[in-house]
Amino acid sequence: MKEMTKVALAGNPNVGKTVIFNELTGSKQHVGNWPGVTVEKKVGKFSHKDEEIEVLDLPGTYSLSPYSIDERIARDYIIEEKPDAVVNIVDASNIERNLYLTLQLLEAGANVVVALNMMDEAQKKGMKIDVKKLSELLKTPVIPMVGIKGEGVKELKDAVYEEVKHHREHRHMSMGYGKELERGIISLEEKMEHCPALKKYRHRWLAIKILEGNAEAIEKVSEAGCDNLIKEGEKLRKQFGRKLHEDLESYFADKRYEFVDDILGVVLIKGKKLWSFSDMLDKVLTHKVFGIPIFLAMMWATFQFTFSVAVPFMDAIDLFFGWLGGAASAGITDPAIQSLVADGIIGGLGSVLIFLPNIFLLFFVLSLMEDSGYLSRAAFVMDKAMYRIGLQGKSFVPMLLGFGCNVPAIMSTRTIEDRKDRLITILVNPLMSCSARLPVYILFAGAFFLGAEGSVIFSMYLMGILLAVLMALLLRKLFFKGKPSPLIMEMPPYRIPTLKSSAIHMWEKGSMFLKKAGTTIFLGVIIIWFLSTYPGGPGSDIETSYVAAIGRWVQPIFAPLGWDWKAAIALLFGFVAKEIVVGAYGTFYGISDADEGSATLRSELHGAFTPVSAYAYMAFVLIYVPCLATIGVIKSETGSWKWTLFAVGYMMGLAYLVAFVITTVGHLLGFA
Amino acid sequence: MTRLTELKSGQKARIVHMGVKGPAGQRYREMGMIRGETVEIVRIAPLGDPIEIEVKGYNLSLRKEEAELIIVEVMK
Repeated sequence: MKEMTKVALAGNPNVGKTVIFNELTGSKQHVGNWPGVTVEKKVGKFSHKDEEIEVLDLPGTYSLSPYSIDERIARDYIIEEKPDAVVNIVDASNIERNLYLTLQLLEAGANVVVALNMMDEAQKKGMKIDVKKLSELLKTPVIPMVGIKGEGVKELKDAVYEEVKHHREHRHMSMGYGKELERGIISLEEKMEHCPALKKYRHRWLAIKILEGNAEAIEKVSEAGCDNLIKEGEKLRKQFGRKLHEDLESYFADKRYEFVDDILGVVLIKGKKLWSFSDMLDKVLTHKVFGIPIFLAMMWATFQFTFSVAVPFMDAIDLFFGWLGGAASAGITDPAIQSLVADGIIGGLGSVLIFLPNIFLLFFVLSLMEDSGYLSRAAFVMDKAMYRIGLQGKSFVPMLLGFGCNVPAIMSTRTIEDRKDRLITILVNPLMSCSARLPVYILFAGAFFLGAEGSVIFSMYLMGILLAVLMALLLRKLFFKGKPSPLIMEMPPYRIPTLKSSAIHMWEKGSMFLKKAGTTIFLGVIIIWFLSTYPGGPGSDIETSYVAAIGRWVQPIFAPLGWDWKAAIALLFGFVAKEIVVGAYGTFYGISDADEGSATLRSELHGAFTPVSAYAYMAFVLIYVPCLATIGVIKSETGSWKWTLFAVGYMMGLAYLVAFVITTVGHLLGFA
Repeated sequence: MTRLTELKSGQKARIVHMGVKGPAGQRYREMGMIRGETVEIVRIAPLGDPIEIEVKGYNLSLRKEEAELIIVEVMK
C-alpha cells in the first residue's frame, strides 16, 4: 500500500497557521502528543481531486536552528521525516522577518509552497507585494491568502496538489554566501560524498550548518562516523572567523537577511507607517500607570468567568453522577458490585468530569487572549515581578489561575516555551490555594478562631504565595541552575480572535485532559474506593477499612503535631479532593450532611485539636498534594513520573515541616 | 558608545554591535537584530523592564539585561 501523502504546515508563531490548518482539514483532525514530549501534535486530512493528503500542523518556529523543544520538533520533522511538501505560512504584513524561515526551508531542500497569509493586513499597512515576482525569485509557488476569510484556501490546495504530484526537483533555490564561503561549503559537500550515512540530508544545508557550528548538526555528523568533516568544518570556521572578523553564525544570519532585503527590494513597495488601532490599544493596555491595573482587572474577569460560570455546570455534573450512582445502586443487588459501580466507577468518572467546565471555560478565555495578542502584553507587564523570583512573565497567569483550580492552571503553562521555566511554574503551582481547600479552612477557622476567621483564612492564602515564591527560588537554585531564559518575545499586533479557533482549542484541551489526566485520576479514585471499602466490604464501618489501618499506622508520624488517627485518615481522603476532608470528619463523628458550617462538627473538633494543632492542620492541608487530579495533570504535563513523584514528595515534606514549625513555635509562645 | 538601554521611547538607533552571546544571541540575530539594522524603542514596561522595540517592521520585547549588551548609534 502506498503511504499517504504527507504535508507539513510550518511558519513563525502568530501567522494564522492554526486558522489555515482548520480551513484545510475542517473537522477531520485529531490532537496527540509528539513521542516523549508534551508538545501537541495536530494531524488532519483533506482530499483534493484524486489525492488524499495528511496535514501536520507543526509548532510555530522562527528558525530551523531550534531554540525550544517546539522548534526542535518542527525542525526534526522537516529534516528527518521529509514530508512530501511543506506549506510555509508567511505573514505578509511581517514579510521581512518571516522570509528568514522560508530561506532556511528552501536551503534545507524542503518542497516548499509559500502561503502568503494576512494579505488584507499588509494592504492596510499600505504594502504592495508582487506575488508573481516573489514566486519567481524564490523558485517556489506563492499563494496569497486571507486565512480567516477562507480566501486562497482552494488555490493553496491546488498548489499543494501540484507539488506532491509533480515534484520539481530542479528548482532548489540557492542563495550565495560570498565567493570564499561558497568554496568552503563546496569542499565540505565534496567530503560528504564519502559519507553515505548523511545521504538523507541535503548536503549544502548540512555543510552550512557545520560552518555555523550548529551543535546538533555536528552531533549528527559525528553519529554518522564522519569526524573528518567536523575537523574540516572547525578548520574552516576558524579561518573564516579570522578573515571576516566575526562569528560565522552571525555572518550567515546577516547574509540571509541581506538576501531577504534583495528580494524585497524587487517585490515589495513599503507602506507608510500608519497609526494603527493596535498601537492605540497598546498605549492603553501597557500604559505606565494603567497597564498593571488593567491587567489585574482582565485577570479578575477571567477568573470570575472561569470559576463562576462553571459552578452551575459543575453542580449539574455532580447532580447527574449522584443520580446515576443512585440509579445504579438501585439496579444492582450484589453489594460488592453495587459499591464498585456506584461509588468506584461512577464516582470516579464524576470526579474526572467535574473539572471539564473549568477547563473548557478557561481555555476558551485563554485562547481568546492568546489569539488577540493580549497574552504577550500580560507577560510584558508582569515580567519584571516574576523575573525577581526566578520565573518569567508568562508564569503569572497560571499562578493566578491556581487560586481557582490547579488542574487547568497547570495545563495553561503550555504557553511557556522554556522547559525549565515551565517546570518550575508547574511544580510550585499547587501551593496556590485552590477553591477546594476553602471548605477545610472555613471549618477549622470557624471552630477554633471565631471572630478572626477572615484573617486566619487570609493567612493561609498568603502562606501559599510566600511558599510558592520561596520554592521557585529554591528550585531554581537546586535543580534548574542559571537564570530564566532570556526574553525574546514577539509582540504581535492585536487581532480579533475567531470564535471557531477558540472553540476548537477549548474542545482539544478538554479531550486532552480526559484522555491524559483522566485515566490517572480515575485509577486513583478506584484505588481509594477499594482501600476505604475493604476488607469489610460495602456498608462496613469505615474505621475497619484499609484506609483506617493505614491512618493508624501513619498516625505516629503526626503525633508530634498533636493529631489523632482521624486527622491522618482525613488527610488520606483529602488526596482525592480536598473538600472530602470535611465529609470524612462528618463520617467519623456520625454527623450526616456535615458541611463546613456545621455547629456539631465544629464542637466535636474541639476534642481533637487545639488552636495550634488546628492551625498547623490547615497549613498542612494547604501545602500537601492538592488532589489526585492535580497529580494527574502534573504527570501529563511534565511527561515524567520522576517530576510528578518529586512534586508529591516535596509538598508532603514541606507540609510536614511547616506544620511542625507552627506547632513548635506555637507551643514556645505559650499557646496550647 | 551607547547601549540600547540608554534610549528613551520613540528614539531610533542603528545596531553597531550585537553583544549577546550564545544561543540567545543567535536567536536575536535570527529575529532581525543584526549589525546595521535600525531599531526604535516603542515603550518600556510599567515596572521599568522589559523594553519593547520595533525591528524589521514588527515589535519585539527583551529584558534590559540583554539590551544592555547591544551597542547602538543614535539616529537623529
